[in-house]
Amino acid sequence: MIGFLFSVVAVLVLVGIALVGVGGLGLKVLFGVIIPYAAVLTFFAGLVYRVVDWGRSPVPFRIPTTCGQEKSLPWIKTNKVDNPCSGGMVLLRMAFEVLTFRSLFRNMKLDYRQGPTIRYSSEKFLWLFAMMFHWAFLVVIIRHARFFTEPIAQWLQGIEHLDGFLEFNLATFGIGLPTIQMSGLILLGGVTLLLVRRIVVPSVRYISLASDWFPLFLITFIALTGILARYVIRVDVVKIKELAMGLATFHPVVPDGISVWFYVHFFLVCVLFAYFPFSKLMHLGGVFLSPTRNLVNNSRAVLHVNPWSYPVKTHAYHEYEDDFREQMIEAGLPVEKTLEEAAAEKAPAAPAPAEADTEVTEEKED
Amino acid sequence: MDTKPEFKPGNYLYAAKASALETVGLPNPRDWNPTDDDWKLPADWKGVVREGIAQRLERFRTFKLFMDICVRCGACADKCHFFIGSGDPKNMPVLRAELIRSIYRGEFKTAGKILGRLAGGRKLTEEVIKEWFYYFFQCTECRRCSVFCPYGIDTAEITIIAREIINLLGCNIDWIASPVANCFMTGNHLGLKPHTFKENAEYLLDDIEEYVGVKIEPSFNRKGAEILFVTPSGDIFAEPGIFTFMGYLMLFEHIGLDYTWSTYASEGGNFGFFTSHEMMKRLNAKMYAEAERLGVKWILGGECGHMWRVVHQYMNTLNGPPDFLDQPVNPITGTRFDNAASTKMVHISEFTADLIKNNKLKLDPSQNDHYTVTFHDSCNTSRGMGLLEEPRYIINNVCNNFVDMAPQTIRENTFCCGSGSGLNAGEYLEMRLRGGLPRANAVKRVAEDKGVNMLSCVCAIDRAVFPALMDYWVPGTDVCGVTELVANALVMEGQGEREYNLRGEENPSYVPPPESEGEAEGEAGEEGEE
Ligand code: HEM
Ligand code: SF4
Ligand code: SF4
Repeated sequence: MIGFLFSVVAVLVLVGIALVGVGGLGLKVLFGVIIPYAAVLTFFAGLVYRVVDWGRSPVPFRIPTTCGQEKSLPWIKTNKVDNPCSGGMVLLRMAFEVLTFRSLFRNMKLDYRQGPTIRYSSEKFLWLFAMMFHWAFLVVIIRHARFFTEPIAQWLQGIEHLDGFLEFNLATFGIGLPTIQMSGLILLGGVTLLLVRRIVVPSVRYISLASDWFPLFLITFIALTGILARYVIRVDVVKIKELAMGLATFHPVVPDGISVWFYVHFFLVCVLFAYFPFSKLMHLGGVFLSPTRNLVNNSRAVLHVNPWSYPVKTHAYHEYEDDFREQMIEAGLPVEKTLEEAAAEKAPAAPAPAEADTEVTEEKED
Repeated sequence: MDTKPEFKPGNYLYAAKASALETVGLPNPRDWNPTDDDWKLPADWKGVVREGIAQRLERFRTFKLFMDICVRCGACADKCHFFIGSGDPKNMPVLRAELIRSIYRGEFKTAGKILGRLAGGRKLTEEVIKEWFYYFFQCTECRRCSVFCPYGIDTAEITIIAREIINLLGCNIDWIASPVANCFMTGNHLGLKPHTFKENAEYLLDDIEEYVGVKIEPSFNRKGAEILFVTPSGDIFAEPGIFTFMGYLMLFEHIGLDYTWSTYASEGGNFGFFTSHEMMKRLNAKMYAEAERLGVKWILGGECGHMWRVVHQYMNTLNGPPDFLDQPVNPITGTRFDNAASTKMVHISEFTADLIKNNKLKLDPSQNDHYTVTFHDSCNTSRGMGLLEEPRYIINNVCNNFVDMAPQTIRENTFCCGSGSGLNAGEYLEMRLRGGLPRANAVKRVAEDKGVNMLSCVCAIDRAVFPALMDYWVPGTDVCGVTELVANALVMEGQGEREYNLRGEENPSYVPPPESEGEAEGEAGEEGEE
């Protein structure tokens, strides 16, 4: 609850900072140039740092979570995607994971409604909302490239065209809005649904921390201010492009006449960029590194080496036989040394009994 | 996060005894009890924990990554059998992980150090250690949560590492520490000394002779055998595991396998795995060492879940590569096991499936006709290996009545028996029955709808714990290993009438031979018609 309130307030404060900073104090260079550069720098430096930092920790064991039949006998059909038996199959598994959220798609819900028998029903809402949200986010980001490139690439226009197919329908009603881009609305819808889910599902509400609420609110507000700027205030796109091109070509300019709401939108995006590397949003990078997903399940076929393996103390067979030799002989079990041999060996060694005490097995690796 | 666990009979496990820790040289051996206020932690316990966490963050990418990337989406929340059975929110895998993640934030991350609770951070206190002990011994390391997590976050891995850390303080449970100490000294969890191991096997051989009419004389610690066979010691000790053990003996006799048992490597399971990676390595070392000493060509492993998690995913890395062994080839069929090319150890179900496929077994599946069988996938062999089809193929060839449980509860979705990872202690029965509820419920469905009366499995812990679980939730359902079903169906050379099955029960499938008295024949005929 505290986390929830804190996050709402934090995002509102951020909005306020931008309003006051640009609207009140006129700090356009700060909000239009300095903060964006700082944010982008933080984003990339942070991203690289985090990924390298994870990468520094080795993967000592090959422990994929197998979700299907292993490759064993040739006549048994292997589930190549969920239990990958080669690097190519791992790529396939990861592609499904990243592009279609395959694991989330498995999600099921149990319920006790039918009395004592537990039932499991499919539960695809999280998957649906997450797919809406992430894909829309991707499209929105790609679409923003139009501000930073000149001339605008052909494929970008293609995406916009697809994204904006509603235009025709609305135009026939004679509504003179700019092209409606679905991605923005789906993004807003997706993030709202995720937010609602987090509030409504008791278990998810219970596990939520401030760091779960904050990005949701932040992104909601980014989407809201973006939509506001585009459809309601209708900010001056030509000037914004001038600003963006300036940033992209490292010749920053701050044109006059850009609405303060654009700066609010822009500032929130900067905050998201700067916050990204230090937050759970790093799951973007983490999912690719996850050892339970990105390893081949061939542990028995190909040796996997643990870089920090060290020798350990074991109880060797000869120690074991020393402990039980007499009983073993009585039971008719074969032994390496007869009682006499063992005694004979013991006798001269008696003055220095320490040698057999700590037995450390030799390691094969160096 | 603030509700403290309450240690009540039935929901916690007894503490490890000082003697057990001393045997294997684990830190802080002492006699204590989880219900005590003072757990007698070492003086600098905070430093030990901090350093333990720091070291493991450096050593395990899994740990480091899983500490950072959880988005708390809740997809894993209702996937844990302990959450389903207990309703305790901290049994949601995501919160189980948060128990240590919050310390990671509070002690290692700047935001967590400064903002504390707001950033999801906590400070390390003795209460936290008690909570860890309670909840990390309330996770069976089954990996079901990991299947559903969009990033593959494996709470089992977090539990493994958390247990490793509290072991640095001497906080283990008796049911794990004692088997570990036993296994270290005698080669098996039960502490069976070499002669006792052999004697136990001989009792079972006598039973086989009595019920099957075949005299088998296996070898122990024999140098020069082609294959070393290793299986969990639980199966030589108690019902119904012993029937599976008898099954192995009969199967190998039937095909004339040149193999040997070892009293030194007399344990397939590895409770070290539930203690620390190091202890896992120390106990596992025996298998390769013994294979080398005896000069066998390769190793065959019996039915066991966590044993196979270790063999499949860890053994070669821990103690390999075993260059002194050959790539496994089935001497009866000539099949080369390419999937075991490096580790050189083959699962009995892979081996048996290959035998059946090549028609090397004489089988009479009608011997299992009085059973309607279902199959429980062990967590470890399904989610840490992928052994799903082999056992089903075998069962379908040795039984006429097989049905699977609901798809949400088998294969990679399988539910744990509720007692894995060393939690199968008597004092823990209540929690085990709770944890086993989802599995039992799925059995109950097929028992009621399809008439299932036999729950088969390829795991020694399953065999040890399911009878109690079934008695409570699904009375009337028996438990067996897959190899027991194979043995029932095996037509052994020179066998007797097989009027009794391996359990010494009258074999309902037994049809008296026609030359016996007319009465009996008539009876059998009537029964058949009904
Ligand atoms: C590549 C694989 C990815 C997967 C499997 C994935 C999955 C998820 C899931 C399951 C959630 C949780 C939704 C919830 O909060 O309930 C989430 C949240 C989120 N993801 Fe991703 N994501 C991926 C990549 C990305 C990328 C590339 C971004 C870049 C912007 C991103 C941004 C976010 C954000 C901002 C949230 C926050 C929503 C929240 O806090 O709940 N994700 N993601
Ligand atoms: S499913 Fe994975 S990301 Fe989601 S809450 Fe569970 S552990 Fe975290
Ligand atoms: S590994 Fe199994 S027992 Fe442990 S948290 Fe996950 S689902 Fe629960």
